[in-house]
Amino acid sequence: MEVTETWYLVLSAVLFAIGFTGLLVRRNPLVMFMCVELMLNAVNISFVAFSDALDDLAGQTAVFFVLVVAAAEVVVGLSIVVAVLRRGPAMTADDLSSLRG
Amino acid sequence: MLEAAWLIPAFPLAGFILLVAFGRQLGEPLSGWLATLASAGAFIATVVVYAGLVVEPTEERFFILKLYTWVESGSFSADVGLLIDPLAVTMALFITGVGTMIHLYSIGYMHGDPKYSTFFMYLNLFITSMLLLVLGDNLLLTFLGWEGVGACSYLLISFWFTDESNATAGKKAFVTNRIGDFGFMLATFIVFTQIGSIRYTDILTRAPEISTFAATLIVVLFLLAAAGKSAQLPLYVWLPDAMAGPTPVSALIHAATMVTSGIFLLTRLNPVLAEAELWSRGLIAWVGALTALLAATIAVAQTDIKKVLAYSTVSQLGYLFLAVGVGGYVGAIFHMVTHAFFKALLFLGSGSVIHGLHDEQDLRRMGGLARFMPVTAFTFIIGWLAIAGVPPFSGFWSKDEILLFAWNADEIGGKALWAIGLVTALLTAFYMTRLVILTFLGRTRFFDVTTDEIDRAVEARLDGARAEITAAEEAKATADGEAEKALADIAKREEALDKARLTARESTAEVAASTPDADGYDKLVKAMDRATKAIPKAETALIKANEKSLEAARAVHAAQEHVEAMGGGLDALAAESPPRPPPVVTARTPATPVGELADYLPDSYTRRQDQRPHESPWTMTLPLLILAFFAVLAGAVNLPFTSDLHILEHWLEPSLFGHEAEVAASAATKWLLAIVAVVVGVVAVVAAFAVYLRGRGSAEDVEQDVFANAWYIDASYATFMGGPGRRMFELAAWFDRTVVDGLVMGTASTLVQAGRGLRMTQPGFVRSYALGIGVGAAFVMVWFLGRLFA
Repeated sequence: MEVTETWYLVLSAVLFAIGFTGLLVRRNPLVMFMCVELMLNAVNISFVAFSDALDDLAGQTAVFFVLVVAAAEVVVGLSIVVAVLRRGPAMTADDLSSLRG
Repeated sequence: MLEAAWLIPAFPLAGFILLVAFGRQLGEPLSGWLATLASAGAFIATVVVYAGLVVEPTEERFFILKLYTWVESGSFSADVGLLIDPLAVTMALFITGVGTMIHLYSIGYMHGDPKYSTFFMYLNLFITSMLLLVLGDNLLLTFLGWEGVGACSYLLISFWFTDESNATAGKKAFVTNRIGDFGFMLATFIVFTQIGSIRYTDILTRAPEISTFAATLIVVLFLLAAAGKSAQLPLYVWLPDAMAGPTPVSALIHAATMVTSGIFLLTRLNPVLAEAELWSRGLIAWVGALTALLAATIAVAQTDIKKVLAYSTVSQLGYLFLAVGVGGYVGAIFHMVTHAFFKALLFLGSGSVIHGLHDEQDLRRMGGLARFMPVTAFTFIIGWLAIAGVPPFSGFWSKDEILLFAWNADEIGGKALWAIGLVTALLTAFYMTRLVILTFLGRTRFFDVTTDEIDRAVEARLDGARAEITAAEEAKATADGEAEKALADIAKREEALDKARLTARESTAEVAASTPDADGYDKLVKAMDRATKAIPKAETALIKANEKSLEAARAVHAAQEHVEAMGGGLDALAAESPPRPPPVVTARTPATPVGELADYLPDSYTRRQDQRPHESPWTMTLPLLILAFFAVLAGAVNLPFTSDLHILEHWLEPSLFGHEAEVAASAATKWLLAIVAVVVGVVAVVAAFAVYLRGRGSAEDVEQDVFANAWYIDASYATFMGGPGRRMFELAAWFDRTVVDGLVMGTASTLVQAGRGLRMTQPGFVRSYALGIGVGAAFVMVWFLGRLFA
């Protein structure tokens, strides 16, 4: 059985769906953060798959960009997570709703 | 010299500011002199400007002095600038001239008033506003002055505001004027939409660009404004009430200056009037003529000296409107100037009379004052001759000119206007003669008893009768007591008599039973004698007691009769209607006979017999003399005989742009009209003398109730405003509250509700935002896919 790009795309979609579902159902900010990372890398997989299929390097370039941005995001995001957890060990994302309309 | 024009309003403004800052410290009379100097300074500045204007050639007598830009917004701009032309300078000359006289007069008149400096502060502010009104170079500045004089008028009418009626009169003037002000504003807006500017230079030169319809609308709206300020039908009602203010105010604001601003405005805008439909000018003339007639009839039956002059002013202002309506602008300005002199003179004269009589304003309490105040009487009589249209006094010339123009204006019913003007002239001569006779000639009714004094005398007499009754009742009570005592005495005496008789009989029997030689016989005989003698004594005492009882009974009876008689008399006294001074008087009206009441008249009556009405101080009589001089001679500025003598007409030419109507009448017609006017005036004067001095005919027939009550116009207004008017306002208020406020508040509350709904979408939970993004992204994807495969 040959591994075609469809496999990769299905993997990507599954990972993305897992990440998205996790983001919606979990309340621990750190876990939610990891879910976001999962979604980003699911997209990266589809970029690479398309890049290979279409023989175009632009897809892999985009992946680099995503990685760089994700690295920056990790810095900011983790510091937010630390700040949140400092307010109390059991803090969840839903407790941070002071921007409610 | 024309550049000095800014000094004209600056002087009184400076006076006003100084009085605001230091008025109290200056006190009386310094603050009055300061205000008078400020006004006199403005007058001198005006004379200088006048001289500067005269030396210019006729066609260049139109000068703008821009001080600074006041408002600038888009294409709209308004300067604080002065327009110096013959019309403005003429107005400024008599405003400052007559104004200075009245300031001088007020120094004496307001003597002793606790708000002395405040009064002069208001006067100076008034002069400033009035000068801005006439000198302003655009409608907005004129409007500033227009509102300024209105505010000063309000402040001065209710100057003695602790009296409720004065405060009400002030409010009435202010509110009535607001109706006119709304016309002014609307007209100004229309002018701006038509010309794109509210500068007089633009309006006057570009008037032909205004469409006929718009011009007519402007004229009608400005007529409304002028009818408010110049007290014309239907808005004249405030002026007679405005007499509640101090008399110099009545003279300055409500006779000489402010009330002429409506005429000034219409004259100033004569090129616009020329563009309007003919009927709008006819409307001006007819409003004026009817006001003149109506007010003259009312003036005939007024008993308050200032009310007569107030209605006379309304009537004369009607003349001015008539003149403007028939195109006789020169006649209007001419009569305005002469009227300013003689009406200010008459008002100040009436103020002098009121002052001399210790605040008595009722004509019925005057009479024969010429003896006591010769200067006032002399000047007042000159004012009377001027207003009555007796040649060669000033009023004759100006009134004659207006009548001539009315006769000439055939296309708007000129002959009828002329006839109304003539009847008004007749009534004017009549009521002014009546005023002079009732004030200065005949018997001095000042010393007569007043209604109030009669009432107090009646009360005093009733009190006396009541006291007598009380005394008689007390006497009766005493007599009753005496009678009772006497009766008791009789009973006692009778008892004593019976006892004496019994004793006598017993001792006689004892004597008879005893023998003469028995012991004690002599003693018994002596006792018998004593007892027998006691009988007549007791009898006498009884008779005396009876007499006393009778006497007491008589006294009781007499006292009873007295009380009864007095009681009947008291009822009769109370029922008796006290004598009353007649409501309508002539110079021959005798003093009200008071009969027995004379003994009961209060102190105020006896004290008054020693008082004398006094002539006013020189600060009051000097202005009277100066104004009288001008009231005689002011006619000389526009004598009709030759073209050279039409000085005022030539002078005003640059301001009138050739819109003065042409008089087609021949010289013979002019002479005839003048003679008719003089004859009518003389007839009226003679008639008034016959009725009021000689007692021919009855004055009651002349002074109808309908005149005395001003044709019930004020009362109708009050009824209308209190009834249907009030309901209308309440409806408007309801409309405002529910519909207008409903729209505004509804918009706001709708937005608030929408906001509240939108808040629901922002719960603040990160995960729900994430869900939103996810669902949105899904939708976008489905949509794109749908497009792709469709």
